[in-house]
Amino acid sequence: MTPSAYTPAPGRRFGVGDRVRVKAAHPPGHRRTPAYIRGKVGAIERVCGMFPNPEELAYGFDGEPKHVLYRVRFSQTEVWAQYEGKADDCIELEVYEHWLEPA
Amino acid sequence: MSHDHRHPRDQDEGPPCEHEIMSRAMQELLEEKGFLSAEEVRRRMELFEQEYPQRGSRVIAHAWADPPFRKRLLEDGKAACAEWGLDLEADRLIAVENTPQVHNVVVCTLCSCYPRALLGMPPTWYKSENYRRRVVREPRAVLKEFGTVLPENVAIRVHDSNADMRYVVVPMRPAGTGGWSEEQLAKIITRDALVGVTLPKVS
Repeated sequence: MTPSAYTPAPGRRFGVGDRVRVKAAHPPGHRRTPAYIRGKVGAIERVCGMFPNPEELAYGFDGEPKHVLYRVRFSQTEVWAQYEGKADDCIELEVYEHWLEPA
Repeated sequence: MSHDHRHPRDQDEGPPCEHEIMSRAMQELLEEKGFLSAEEVRRRMELFEQEYPQRGSRVIAHAWADPPFRKRLLEDGKAACAEWGLDLEADRLIAVENTPQVHNVVVCTLCSCYPRALLGMPPTWYKSENYRRRVVREPRAVLKEFGTVLPENVAIRVHDSNADMRYVVVPMRPAGTGGWSEEQLAKIITRDALVGVTLPKVS
């Protein structure tokens, strides 16, 4: 089988272009959702696939069930209140489905 | 005559830190149980330091020279590299292209995720808190510190490599490189251009 950057993600909740909000939650523990992006609204740029949950892997568990990972694009002016660059500058991050809600 | 003045100590002198002791103990245990040898560990380090850093420049030079390959690289970085004979091991590669309208730059704000099987070990500045904290919120100022000033109309797209994917920038091929061999092209495609903090230049 040809290796791929992506894995299949059947039954996913969001598609490319969907507007999503990152949950503004602050649970303790190992998280891959940087604090600066929590609560912000962006759009799905691509679907990366299904990956073992890093929040479980970090503590020696197997990371099952796997979670869908999305690439989400945010406008920089949405992310930083004081952003001084151009209006069309953006930032992209990888966010797991359980951190996203429809916006 | 007594020798009582102090010489400056080498940085790697002194007692090992806790993590060095743990890492050393782990390696000794794995060697003892026959899972790996010291030679294998040394060889991996040599690959990351000597061979892997050449790969990124070669792949991008090939993408510049071969538009269908470039298209496949942008669609699925890992698959295109595999097809070209390059095993990226665990790295799931996304290639992002610079255009006259968009410039890309890569960071890992959480730690130091980096496409190691393509670019070797990350440079010290990539791992610094200064770069990781600032490039996401003031990318133009950071790029300027690397000597990179983009035209006013170019939008900047920052890529936070914060989870399972790894990123490489496909820079624009500079004017004046028509007819160059891939080997010649690879020489101007530097590591920093592939992270997106500089642009390839024809000297």
